[in-house]
Amino acid sequence: MTPAPLLAVRDLSVRFLLPGGRRVDAVSDASFDVAPGECLALVGESGCGKSVLASALLGLLPANARTAGHAHLGDLDLLTADERTLARTVRGRRVGLVPQSPAAHLTPVRTIRSHIEETVARLTGVRGRAARRKAAEQASLRAEFPLDHLDRHPHELSGGLAQRAVTALALIGGAPLLLADEPTTGLDRDLVDRTVDELRRHVDDGHALLMITHDLAAAERIADRVAVMYAGRIVELTDAAAFFGSPGPRHPYSRGLLEALPERSFTPVPGLPPELGSLPDGCAFAPRCDRATDACGALPPFADSVACHHPVTAPADASHATRTPEDTRA
Amino acid sequence: MLELRAVTAGYDRRAPVVRDAHLTVTPGEAVGLLGPSGCGKSTLARVAALLHRPDAGEVVLDGTPVRGFRHRAPREQRTAIGVVFQQPRLAADPRLRLADLIAEPLRATGRRASAAERVRELADTVGLTPDLLGRRPHEVSDGQLQRACLARALSLEPRWLVCDEMTAMLDASTTAALVRVVEDYRASTGAGLLSVGHDRTLLNRWCDRTLPWEAVTAG
Ligand code: SF4
Repeated sequence: MTPAPLLAVRDLSVRFLLPGGRRVDAVSDASFDVAPGECLALVGESGCGKSVLASALLGLLPANARTAGHAHLGDLDLLTADERTLARTVRGRRVGLVPQSPAAHLTPVRTIRSHIEETVARLTGVRGRAARRKAAEQASLRAEFPLDHLDRHPHELSGGLAQRAVTALALIGGAPLLLADEPTTGLDRDLVDRTVDELRRHVDDGHALLMITHDLAAAERIADRVAVMYAGRIVELTDAAAFFGSPGPRHPYSRGLLEALPERSFTPVPGLPPELGSLPDGCAFAPRCDRATDACGALPPFADSVACHHPVTAPADASHATRTPEDTRA
Repeated sequence: MLELRAVTAGYDRRAPVVRDAHLTVTPGEAVGLLGPSGCGKSTLARVAALLHRPDAGEVVLDGTPVRGFRHRAPREQRTAIGVVFQQPRLAADPRLRLADLIAEPLRATGRRASAAERVRELADTVGLTPDLLGRRPHEVSDGQLQRACLARALSLEPRWLVCDEMTAMLDASTTAALVRVVEDYRASTGAGLLSVGHDRTLLNRWCDRTLPWEAVTAG
């Protein structure tokens, strides 16, 4: 059985209020859990709301954002916690962030050692120069950052080592939950594999990992479960082996996304995603969906791992000809 | 033909990032160049797109050796090549609306009058809806901006396309969509392609032949 969740997100919504009374529904009714020793990959195309969701969990939304729902990390609700609590007890201590772009996250004029020692001083009780130095070296080793590179500056590191440096920083506070935001963007495939394998090691050590990514191959390599986001909603949440293997995704969008891979049929999902500022009342995927019917004018509830009126039911079922239970009832 | 002959290039003559590179793309052909990041393949792509002057060697375009690079490249050579980069945000002027971004090459070559019509056509080709054309780069997603950058690259109907990690930042569906746009364009015009990247699966699927970096350069 899966252990009790470390992070429990329920009906999380994020709206941005814009001048002129406009409203952007960036995230709508997202619910999921992440347990210790488990990796949940949140996948979707850019602009689908997945990065906003990550910012909401870290309390890093801009001032014009309004949230609803809950995101329980133990007894704390991340959505209602005040900035002081988030800054002092959450970020780095209970949630470690592995950022998208290591280069942008590190200060160019400081060495990696200085970054790590500063974080050690800020997040742990270690005092004294020698002790801090030792703790910094231990932190580096945990992320397999080579000690003989500690005195280098960020620009003197390869992409892979820069990624390890920021991972070392994310691990220092002993945070049980790791949040990785597109950690493999721009990396070569070999390096992607290595980066996700290293993250997986921290999961196997007992961390809970929420990985946000548009890279399906990286998700397949690391995740226990996959959540697919489309137009701000989680449209499918399922076991990674079932999703990437057999029977495959059940939501038409997930299926299309996976089929678009060059190792599969390399066929794009037709059309563009809708604007988050003017979402339809019903299923947001309907204009692009070849299974859409009149029923899709109503918002499909999330049930049995998928939010769709006509989910794909069996691996062979690629046409609308096969009847789904909903069809039979209609 | 697009030929790179014994090209050595970089940013410091004492430490070139590309040494003695040889590469030929024949008309209508799609050639993939596969290499890890930081190997110098982006520099070579910039040389092929006439955006970076090599320290040694030459680029021969349809039989004519290229004498000038960047703004010194003769217009008919410069406009024969369309180029798309990895990061649309670095390649697009943030002040321009997408329509103006796509129209830049048209205006720069005196095709102002027909630009609006052509922009609509190009937007349709790359799958951008008309409402997006009035937006500025920060108001659209990476995928939408890259579609606009591809439209700009196609605007002058180049005989050659150079794509430098065009899809590295994009999701699977947008990747497949943009590759399809490039391939449809090539099928209708016979344009040749040099696509530089690190994703072997993608390049093998996309290109007629894919060369590893080691096969092209001396290091
Ligand atoms: S609810 Fe309807 S339109 Fe939406 S994905 Fe399912 S079948 Fe397609």
